Formats: sequence, C-alpha cells, structure tokens
Amino acid sequence: MPVDTAPPPLKEQFTRGLDAPICLTWELTYACNLACVHCLSSSGRRDPDELTPAEARHIVDDLVDMKVFYVNIGGGEPMLRPDFFDLVSYAVGRQVGVKFSTNGTRLTPERARQLAALDYLDVQISIDGATPTSNDAVRGEGSFAAARRAMDNLAAAGFGPFKVSVVVTRQNMDELDALAAIADSYGAQLRLTRLRPSGRAVDGWDALHPTAAQQRTLYHWLLERPGVLTGDSFFHLSALGEPLDGLNLCGAGRVVCLIDPVGDVYACPFVIDRQFLAGNVRAPGGFPVVWRESALFASLRGPQSAGACASCGSFDACRGGCMAAKFFTGLPLDGPDPECVHGHGEAALAARGERPQSVLGHSKIDRHGTPLPVPMPVRFRSPART
Amino acid sequence: MSVAGARQGGSAFAVEKAWRLNPQVALRNEAFGALAYHYGNRRLVFLKSRALADLVSSLQQYPSAADAIGALVPEGQRASYRRALARLADSEVIDLDAR
Repeated sequence: MPVDTAPPPLKEQFTRGLDAPICLTWELTYACNLACVHCLSSSGRRDPDELTPAEARHIVDDLVDMKVFYVNIGGGEPMLRPDFFDLVSYAVGRQVGVKFSTNGTRLTPERARQLAALDYLDVQISIDGATPTSNDAVRGEGSFAAARRAMDNLAAAGFGPFKVSVVVTRQNMDELDALAAIADSYGAQLRLTRLRPSGRAVDGWDALHPTAAQQRTLYHWLLERPGVLTGDSFFHLSALGEPLDGLNLCGAGRVVCLIDPVGDVYACPFVIDRQFLAGNVRAPGGFPVVWRESALFASLRGPQSAGACASCGSFDACRGGCMAAKFFTGLPLDGPDPECVHGHGEAALAARGERPQSVLGHSKIDRHGTPLPVPMPVRFRSPART
Repeated sequence: MSVAGARQGGSAFAVEKAWRLNPQVALRNEAFGALAYHYGNRRLVFLKSRALADLVSSLQQYPSAADAIGALVPEGQRASYRRALARLADSEVIDLDAR
C-alpha cells in the first residue's frame, strides 16, 4: 500500500516525469579559481551572459511556485558570484533549501559563521583524494589544504554536519576509508559520486575511471555503509545484485535537470551539450515552461528503447546506466553503459565511432584563445592489478 | 545547517490521538500521489496515492486519526491506511497535534 521509498510502480511513474523536478542542479557561474581535470562543466571563465541577480531571484520565485523543495547549487565556484550570499539567503528565506558545492577556497571563518546562521542550508566541500598529493593531482596545487581549512572553519563556526564530497576515481579508490575518516573527524557525512566523462573529463576519463574490479569493491563498500551519500549516482552498480539506496534510475529531464549560469536548461548536470539543451529560462514563461513543455523532456519522458540491453537479465536493475556516460564516450544511448558491470561496455567502447567534441567549455584560455593546461594526472601510479 | 531536533525519531503512532501534517513538512501533489519533504531532516517521502495525500492534509480537521480515516477512507481499506499513517509518523511526516 501507500508510503515510503520506491517500489517498481512508483519508479515507473518517475520515468514518465513529474510536474516539477525533485532534484534541480543550478550552476551559478562558470568562473572558477581551480581547474580540476574532471570538471563536468569545463569551468574557469565567467560567461559575460550569466544571469543577473534579479534574474536569479526570479528563478527562486519560480521554484517556490513549483514547490521545488531544494536546489543543488554549484558552478564553477558558486562563492565567486558577488551576489552568492544574497541569493542563498533569499532562497532559504523563501523555503527553497540550498545544498551547495564549493572548493572551499573562499570559505573564510567569517563566511563560515554567516553560513552557520542560515537554516535549510547544506554545504558540500569537494576533495578528490585523502592526501594533498592524490587530491592536488586532480584539483590543483594547494586545493587540498584550502578544502581542509574550509572544513576547519565550518567546524569552528558550529555549522553542524556538512558533507565531504568526493568523485570516485581509479586513483582514490584505495583511499575511501581514509576519506571516510576525514569526514568522521568533523562529524561530517561522506558523499561519493560517479566520475562522468563530461566536460574536461571527456579527455581524462580513460585514465581516471575505476576499473571493473574497483567497481565491484566500491559496490560492496557502499552496501556496507548505508550512511554514505551517493546522490543516486552509482545506479549502474545495482546490476551486481541488491540495489543500492536511492531511486536507481536515470532522472534526466524526468525528475532532475540543470540550470546553467546563462539560464540554459539541460536534461542533467552531466550533459552540457546542445543535444540535451531543453530551453532557456529567459524565454517567455521561464523555467516552468521549459520543464513542462520542452520537446526534449517530452521525449525523455516517453518510452525508451532498451536497445542492445533488451536481452540482459540486469536491465531492470540498471536500466542501461547513465545517458551522459554513454554520450560522452561515443556509445549509443540505447545500449550499455561504458562501465557496465557485466563488461558489455568494454566491447562497445572497442567498437565505438567518433566521440562528441564539446564546444561549450569555459576553460581558462591564454591571450591567443588556447586553453590553459590543467593538472593532468601524469603523476598517477598504475592501479593495482587484481 | 541542521535544524535542532530534526534527527530524533518520530512518535509512535496512536490512531485514537490527534495528528497533523508536521509543520516542517511540505507536500507537493503529483499524479501518483504526493511528495512530502521534511525541511528538518531533509528527507523526501513519497505518498503513493492521492487519497493518502488528502488524508494527511486533512488530519488536523479531525479529533483523532481514527475519525479522519473513518470519514475519508472506505471501510475495506482502513487497515492499510492506518499502517500508512504509522509509517508516516515514524518518518515524522505527521506528528502529534497538541491542540
């Protein structure tokens, strides 16, 4: 009967889309003072066309009307936006809860005290390794120390349980226990998310994504630790057996979407590409009309072909995996995930054609328009073979 | 930051007492029923029928949960709605109404 978290019929309802998103990601700026190798939005430079403070507040008003209970704010580095605190205060004041991701570089003791004074606010500090060496190889020199200072500042301000957010890679898989210990030391929650081959990670993915053996290790590690948050991002691992906690479906355009810094609405935070652009919040009717009437979202909410996965006994568990992972590795959208736990992705990768070249990046450039180098993971040792 | 007291468990459900939609919870109607979001513990709960969503929203108008169920739920389904309310009490979507 009624109530509680999702058995199959409800999951079916979600694949047909809801009246408003459950989980909306809103990237406030493409400006970033770091240049992480796996940045899913290829951030670096502010876009001159970014939403004005008034436009941003108008989005909050729309979310109130749509009863979107909370937003995930990111970037770029959201704290670089001059109106960051005004906007966040405005949102939580209107009962739109905010969970925001930051690299922590601007989270001073004073900022930490300001954040601690706000209700309905969660903070996620990103690190991608448990040591300066492993973290800084991905996120840049000094970024680990900056993130730890931000955590210290939140703790000193009495913020309460914040989140330590980690993208799982081949290189940090062996550090999961150490990362959990860092979170524990602050009374924080550990949040692990899946590396997608999106943005700048189009290039680094081959070297960064976990091996098949590591994926199995991760699956069991997560099953044993239900307190570790995952943002539903490892649902492709549910094909290994018992489903992981969460909805275990691709919510793109159905229950999730992305509003980017210039107001473009994409099906999910990991598919910043014209093919997945649903509309722009500056068009008449704003975000609600994009959500309800976009042709792209209508097609995502319609019946989907299982394609090459139709005959696989695990299809009900993983639903073919992540659309973004397939798209950016050049795989057909109606086939296996590149990290399919049954190995079907590896065969598909071997047979794939051209990978999409994204033209939408905001990576920092030199005065000739050439992208500046990001800290590529050349210092990584080879993963242990099992 | 967290709202004080949000992480303690919900009250044991007693059908003869007065209940209400927890003031920290917002409901959003959907075709399948409703989403319930608890601003304190940040939990999202799915109410899997519109009838249940209506019952939860109306609890406060009745002297007890039993009276609300008696007025709004057909006889053959009352036991399952009582169980549903008990689970919602446990997840703090509804709470005791000290009026």
